[in-house]
Amino acid sequence: MKNDLLDCPVCGKQYKREQILDSYCVCQCGHHFSITPLERITMLADPGSFEEFYGHMTSRNPISLDGYEEKLEMQKHKSNMNEAVVTGTCTISNMSVILGIMSFQFMGGSMGSVVGEKITRAILQGADTGTPVILVTASGGARMQEGIFSLMQMAKTASAAALIEETRVPLFIVLTNPTTGGVTASFAMLGDVIVAEPGALVGFAGPRVIEGTIKQKLPENFQRAEFQLEKGFVDAVVPRSELKKTLAFLLRTHGRNL
Amino acid sequence: MKKERIDALLKELEELSQDTALGLNDDIRNIRKKLETKQPGAFSTWDHVKIAREIKRPGTLEYVNLICDDFMELHGDRYYGDDPAMVGGIGIIDGRPVTIIGNQKGSNMKESIARNYGMGSPEGYRKALRLAKQAEKFQRPVIFFVDTPGAYPGIGAEERGIGEAIARNLKELSILKTPSISFIIGEGGSGGALGIGISDKLYMLEHSIYSVITPEGFASILLRDSSKAKEAAAIMKMTSEDIMNFNIIHGVIPEPPGGAHENPEETAKHIKEVIKQDLGVLCSKQPEQLVRYRLKKIRSIGHFDEQKGWWKELFSIFSKSLDLRAL
Repeated sequence: MKNDLLDCPVCGKQYKREQILDSYCVCQCGHHFSITPLERITMLADPGSFEEFYGHMTSRNPISLDGYEEKLEMQKHKSNMNEAVVTGTCTISNMSVILGIMSFQFMGGSMGSVVGEKITRAILQGADTGTPVILVTASGGARMQEGIFSLMQMAKTASAAALIEETRVPLFIVLTNPTTGGVTASFAMLGDVIVAEPGALVGFAGPRVIEGTIKQKLPENFQRAEFQLEKGFVDAVVPRSELKKTLAFLLRTHGRNL
Repeated sequence: MKKERIDALLKELEELSQDTALGLNDDIRNIRKKLETKQPGAFSTWDHVKIAREIKRPGTLEYVNLICDDFMELHGDRYYGDDPAMVGGIGIIDGRPVTIIGNQKGSNMKESIARNYGMGSPEGYRKALRLAKQAEKFQRPVIFFVDTPGAYPGIGAEERGIGEAIARNLKELSILKTPSISFIIGEGGSGGALGIGISDKLYMLEHSIYSVITPEGFASILLRDSSKAKEAAAIMKMTSEDIMNFNIIHGVIPEPPGGAHENPEETAKHIKEVIKQDLGVLCSKQPEQLVRYRLKKIRSIGHFDEQKGWWKELFSIFSKSLDLRAL
């Protein structure tokens, strides 16, 4: 992964991955490249503070779909991850948080039983221990391969968001490219504060589905972070270089001992 | 196929039990009678899909008319507009006031277009939540009728936050402090169905379907051919029997031969019986207790393994070897 060549889809400039790690994998033109959960942790967490939990949780094949187990194995090798989300605890500017990071690299970041359960546990653990929860989303939506069980993960994560609200522990959402479908229609839209990375595609129906329905081309900025800011669905669009600072500000202002 | 097999087994059972004192003759006759009215395995998943989508299939308002002694429809989300694809109001069932909320598709071409084929907009989901919260305030139970291929994938729906609207419903309905029952009466399609499908009790009509995506969507994405919807339907496990086996619903409501549209009165009668029976139990419980059970049920759905994998070790090696800038 780290030796990949990155082509900027906006300005066409080409980078070696390690070349722009120092600039947060952001192109000179401002395009935010996708990053791995590990890179995200390194950019957000205080050095050495991250401890993963439930990292060994893996999917079963609840609707006995042909080829799903093989597909999962392949994805595990391809992405060096067990599932499409990494959860754990860490500190950000010396403040404890529970951090969940989704990865679009693992089956399009789709939410099946494992993703739903890990996100839910992260939120509930935050509620139980009084630790703020930060979830960084990247997902195509519910995982079709787990059928109705994936749909139910939307209910599960949203009900966890309802529970943490009652404890007054903050839930912060960072929307990254892309966040769509069942993730947008559940916990991703339920943060106390929702920020988005510049240019991130955020919506319920994917652009191709909408184009298929209305039989016309969508405008360039449609469903982008800036569009969602204008429509009132995100609090702020925050460049990756400012993200840690922004989250630290939010953590400082949402403490229970103010 | 299955019917012939059962017939043969019954014949064998009849012969075997003839010389015994078991007295199985009446039971065998009963099973035969059932076989005549309901043929097991006679419906493929695609048959269920077709019946679930039948344009003459009764919708929310048809059942409301057949079940309620009286009903007043309430309109609007108080933010933007009124969504004709989602209907709701207050009804009286055997003297008990209830709030009823459901998708409405339309029973002919003209009405289908006016109601956008039951595909809800953000206003529909916000109206549903407004009426559910109103029911909570005045301690009325809520009955949901789910019948939608999914929420509407259009520009306006996105601009006004269809994702946010559904998400908020999932969150608020999961902790709604009043009894609730959902019935999937036709198509239970994706987040659009779930957005009014969170409740204490969940039932499906026999020929209804419930799935994470339409068979057409599944076919075009996973089978890379949208014309393979029939094939997709079979592997998606979306029939009432499948969902019952997954322990996600509380029961399946029988339909008359051929489907609910063949005899809406009879279907409505079955639904009404379930409502009366369930409300008798649910209304005697404390709202907090209902919420606790509801959350526990939602929390329990999912299949995963927790044994320790190799990822943890790999992660620690990885985090040491990857020389990223320390912030």
